[in-house]
Amino acid sequence: MLRLEHLTLTQGGFALSADLSVATGSKLALIGPSGAGKSTLLNLIAGFSAPDQGRVLWQDADLTDLPPGQRPVSILFQDNNHFPHLTIAQNVGLGLRPDLKLSEDEQRQVREALHHVGLSGMEGRKPGTLSGGQQSRAALARVLVQKRPLILLDEPFAALGPALKVEMLQLVDQVVQETGGTLIMVSHQPEDAKAIASHVSVVAGGTVTAPIATDQLFANPPQALRDYLGG
Amino acid sequence: MIRSWPGFLAAGLVLLSLIGPLIAVFLRAGEAGFSDLSFSAADQAALRFSLLQSFLSASLSVLLAIPVSRALARRRFRGRAILITLLGAPFILPVIVAVMGLLAVFGRSGILSDLLALFGLPPVQIYGLHGVVLAHVFFNLPLATRILLQAWQDIPAERFRLAASLNLRGWQSFRVLEAPMLIRALPGAWLVIFALCLSSFAVVLVLGGGPKATTIELAIYQAFRFDFDLARAAMLAMVQTLLVGIVALVALRHDAGQALGGGLDRVVQRWDASTAVARALDACALFLATAFLILPIAMLVWDGLLGLAQLPPQVWAALRISTIVALSSTALCLALAVPIALGAVRHPRLEAVGLLGIVSSPLVLGTGLFLMTHPFANPIDLAFAVTTLVNALMALPFALRVLVPALRQSEADFGRLADTLDLRGWARLRYLLLPRARRPLGFAAGLTAALSMGDLGVIALFADPNRATLPLQMFRLMSAYRMEAAAGAGLLLLFSSLALFWIFDRGGRGHVEA
Repeated sequence: MLRLEHLTLTQGGFALSADLSVATGSKLALIGPSGAGKSTLLNLIAGFSAPDQGRVLWQDADLTDLPPGQRPVSILFQDNNHFPHLTIAQNVGLGLRPDLKLSEDEQRQVREALHHVGLSGMEGRKPGTLSGGQQSRAALARVLVQKRPLILLDEPFAALGPALKVEMLQLVDQVVQETGGTLIMVSHQPEDAKAIASHVSVVAGGTVTAPIATDQLFANPPQALRDYLGG
Repeated sequence: MIRSWPGFLAAGLVLLSLIGPLIAVFLRAGEAGFSDLSFSAADQAALRFSLLQSFLSASLSVLLAIPVSRALARRRFRGRAILITLLGAPFILPVIVAVMGLLAVFGRSGILSDLLALFGLPPVQIYGLHGVVLAHVFFNLPLATRILLQAWQDIPAERFRLAASLNLRGWQSFRVLEAPMLIRALPGAWLVIFALCLSSFAVVLVLGGGPKATTIELAIYQAFRFDFDLARAAMLAMVQTLLVGIVALVALRHDAGQALGGGLDRVVQRWDASTAVARALDACALFLATAFLILPIAMLVWDGLLGLAQLPPQVWAALRISTIVALSSTALCLALAVPIALGAVRHPRLEAVGLLGIVSSPLVLGTGLFLMTHPFANPIDLAFAVTTLVNALMALPFALRVLVPALRQSEADFGRLADTLDLRGWARLRYLLLPRARRPLGFAAGLTAALSMGDLGVIALFADPNRATLPLQMFRLMSAYRMEAAAGAGLLLLFSSLALFWIFDRGGRGHVEA
């Protein structure tokens, strides 16, 4: 279980507080207006920002003071998910070993992960020569080899077309199944949440609601969500 | 996260190498008793000449740069990109080579004098104040032009569109749009050039001299070389440090913008510049500036080709020494610059340490290093080591200026990704920072190598008669009036400086994607 315990963060005029738990294996979508703090919440979990108060706990272990690389977290950003000067295989391999000294077995894992996301034969290519969809697949291949229990998505597919985005979300679903991970994703679109998420939290007005089962939420949306969705 | 301690260590070493010699100078001057050291009439004349020539050089460079940069900013023509690249070239052009080229054009037996003789006029005289100013304008007109061109391009294109729709023409649009920009940009450019000319050495060594045309920098050299009066050299070194330090501090407050990098390839659409007079003026400015920059170098190349056959064997030995010095300087400079630049990503103040190199004059550093070493060793034996060190320190600010923004950018773009992948220390350097900084690294290495190859400064203090770097060897040939051989050596020097720059810069470009 991921536990955000009385977290507060103030940056300039912006304030966010959160106090909630995410069950292991659930798939949580964060929904809310831009600037409400969805990405900030992911940054707190991933370790890019430190809270003013409160703790981040994973399976009762305190993560609050751990640097990002040592948390049980894989994260995909909106962009720059690859080092453009390294090959796809190297980019995926970094998920296994930061010094890239891969054993035979680890190299096989990289190839298998790339095969799994449909990028066989692209090992030696540089990210810049891949299409947007292929780059997303390669990033997911890295999440596969990392096998970290928490997977965070900060709208990595925002630049893709609607059909491709659905495809990617399905792939994410598969990856989560296989790694047995817990997914937390930022989303602007209720459809994305409905397509993949088991739970939704609404981020608005400087707070985060506790996760609510997706169908339940959309059947009976709270005021903050109604304001966001409009109509 | 990038570890910062190597940056602080390197910065500490730089600080030590810059401040140590200053302390040595201060102590030596104090030992002689400050009161006993009168600031003689000759020293006062040197101070006046330093200020006068810098004032004239900076003013002329900046004034002439106005029409040239304006023409470049608003005209699109074939060869514009090459011309802008050419404007960056004096930076890596060995000073002594340019001076020799200027002699071939403006000297007593240069082409200008030949031309005047056709009309029965006497030859021009290049030695003295106007020669020094001419050479400084040759070097700094391009710099001023690049700084002003940047400022010109900082005027948003929309303003010119607005001006056109309001039917502002020629002088009116100049007053409304361009004059305010110039008022902001000119002082910074002027100050930078003023500071550079104050600590210029090689130009004054060749074209100045004598009681009427000696700068403080040259006076240090003379006190050292001719009188071996260390106390006086130390006193002059202190005056020079104060002078350049004050000007550099003022100049830094007026940041003149970065004219080192690229981004000058944009032409703003102008509706007020289509008249025939405006076109003719721009063409004229560009033609004269180009001729002024190219002619001396072309003459040197021509004379040099003829002189190659007469090269004495010392020249080849000097070429070897210079190459070794240049490569060692480059290695040392990068070994200091990379950790400092990495540290400066998180601690911006570290970069300021490198900037101190701009404030220190090479001859002052040389004097200090001489004072520090001569109780223990024969400074002449250390000539090349000292030259290597001083050249590396002098190139450091430029290397940092190129490296820091690149590293900062790659941290901004990819730092978080590297953090989640737990890329630290050596792995982060190898897989993120160095590959991303490859181009600026190559460029910085090229600059350092070329600057060091062409440098004629501190080596003049230390050198023994039998061994020399190539620029010093060339100067000796000129002093011995062996002009053909000197031109040959100059061509060799020009070629090796440019080649070193090209090889490193090219290596940095490599085949890097994205």
